[in-house]
Amino acid sequence: MSADQLVFWIFAPIAVAGAIGMLLSRNAVHAALFLVVNLFCIAVMYLLLEAPFLFAVQIIVYAGAIMVLFLFVIMLLGVDRGDDLREPLIGQRPLAVILAAAFVVEIAVAVRAGIGFATMAPEGFDAVNRDGNARALARVLFREYFLPFEVTSLLLIVAAVAAMVLAHRRARAVTQAELERLGLLEPPREEAPSP
Amino acid sequence: MTPDLDLVPFVPELVLVAAAIVGLLYEALARGPRYPVHLAVALAGIVVASGATLALWRYGGDPTVLAGAIATDRLAVLARLTVLGAAFCGLLLGTHAIERDPAAARGEFFPLLLFATTGMTLIVAAADLIVVFLALEVLSLSLYVLTGLPGRRAASEASLKYFLLGAFSSAFFLYGVAMVYGATGTTRIPEIANALVGRTGEQGLALLAAALLLIGLGFKVSAAPFHMWTPDVYQGAPTSVTAFMSAATKVAAFAALIRVFDVGLQALRWDWTPLVAALAAVSVVLGSVLAIAQADVKRMLAYSSVAHAGFILTGLTASNADGIGASLFYLIAYSAMTIGSFAVVGVTTTRGEDRTDLDAYRGLYRRDPHLAAAMALFLVSLAGVPPTAGFIAKVGVFGAAIGAGYVWLALLGVLASVAAAYVYLRVIVLMFMVEPEEALVSDPAPLPRIAIAIGAAIVLVLGLFPGLVTDLVRSAAVLRW
Repeated sequence: MSADQLVFWIFAPIAVAGAIGMLLSRNAVHAALFLVVNLFCIAVMYLLLEAPFLFAVQIIVYAGAIMVLFLFVIMLLGVDRGDDLREPLIGQRPLAVILAAAFVVEIAVAVRAGIGFATMAPEGFDAVNRDGNARALARVLFREYFLPFEVTSLLLIVAAVAAMVLAHRRARAVTQAELERLGLLEPPREEAPSP
Repeated sequence: MTPDLDLVPFVPELVLVAAAIVGLLYEALARGPRYPVHLAVALAGIVVASGATLALWRYGGDPTVLAGAIATDRLAVLARLTVLGAAFCGLLLGTHAIERDPAAARGEFFPLLLFATTGMTLIVAAADLIVVFLALEVLSLSLYVLTGLPGRRAASEASLKYFLLGAFSSAFFLYGVAMVYGATGTTRIPEIANALVGRTGEQGLALLAAALLLIGLGFKVSAAPFHMWTPDVYQGAPTSVTAFMSAATKVAAFAALIRVFDVGLQALRWDWTPLVAALAAVSVVLGSVLAIAQADVKRMLAYSSVAHAGFILTGLTASNADGIGASLFYLIAYSAMTIGSFAVVGVTTTRGEDRTDLDAYRGLYRRDPHLAAAMALFLVSLAGVPPTAGFIAKVGVFGAAIGAGYVWLALLGVLASVAAAYVYLRVIVLMFMVEPEEALVSDPAPLPRIAIAIGAAIVLVLGLFPGLVTDLVRSAAVLRW
């Protein structure tokens, strides 16, 4: 057994176990942590497949940033709040089963077609990757696609401003009449006639 | 491949983004009365960007720069100038709305409007479908927020509706981009054209892509049957934002449509022109008929906007320089008419968003003859009566459609125009021949009047002397790639 295979057979079961654990855990925080385990193991797979850049991105972006955001949202919404299991739309459950079955079949077909495919590198793969995979990606990203790359950052600025504008409503001056109507303030009492 | 770092064709966008960021920082740091400074910064950004755009008219470099992402042809220049003009008027109207109701005002209005403008000027110049998509998202996101900015119920509801349907249409567009990449192996529009030209036989993937892209852009230009969001959003949004987006979004999305279809998918034009003709027919009929039933002026103008999208699509059925030129002229004329009419809607009463029903127009002539005259001019132009820009524009698109063999479409367009004339004449009758019933006062503020005057001047000048711009439009309609 080569070193590659050894690493694979150590991390693949952990990845599967992490995924199953995520599905089965009742606690949302535990589920998120199981997902982190799974994402880390997948990152190792990328390293095995000679994609070091993807390995780093997977850990930094997915296992790091996105999972922290997940946890933030879970904490903000309340960890122990029970989920509403009623179905607002009828027929969602059978539909989900059918679609899941179709997805499994699709994956099976794709895997069947892919067997033997992965043993050979795509045409021109080595020429593109001659200075290393990360450098090849950088060349495409910052030369051919540098304007889309920059416009994406503009899009993120707009999204951030948009989110803040919508979420952060300026506190409106509340009039006394409104407070009275809401029962937060007692109506002005008439002065008791002094003896 | 090293990119040619020729940033000159990208300067308008750089200027706009810089002005927007200055505005954001100012909003965050400054205290006290801020709107005059905001307005000055934003207007300066738009004027400088317009200057930079004008300088591109005689640009002699490559057809596309920045690694094939930005086109440098005159279509980009003319469409950008139209968008910037709309943004100029939108800023004047928005500032007035803020002055009138300071409690609901948000300083972020100015940077967001500039971001929307950036997305629009970028999309008209984008020569790569990825940049088209990103620009579409920049402009859409900004517009969703601008729509919901006042925080009133109607505005928030309109904003949410716009967001949901807009995200849906973006997905269609993105799916179309993926199909194009599958069919041709590239997302650069000129390269797509080259890849499709020499191809014989199976074009299924490319045709699917054309249909998906048409749906995605059809949402943005509010062509029927993808117009569902238009009346609700136009009515719910602040009138100043409605004025800006009804004009500028249409120009931006149509310019992108022209570049994607008349450059990228040119080889398939026998397949997609019937689709465009069908969209045009449905839009023209539905928009004109549904406008009749409306009791709210903003809804009425929204349905009229659907009909006008149909007229512009009518011109695009002729996939040649004539058709593109006619559509460009229509876009310029329509921008002036729609901004002008929404500007009038904003100042007809001092009560702003609360009174946009037709009753507010009873006897407007007695109250404010200038305003009534301007509104009448815009409505006559929307109906397509000479001597206004709307008439010349309609003649142009119908001529192009007939030249391309779509005589039935031109006939349908003329019939729909006659039906739609009832809608506009009804308002004119209310304004001039009916006595006012309520004691309403029109808003005398100067800023909207400037926007109204600009719109009226363009409508009249283009109607009386269309020769002034026909040469410009004709040279912009020759796509360089």
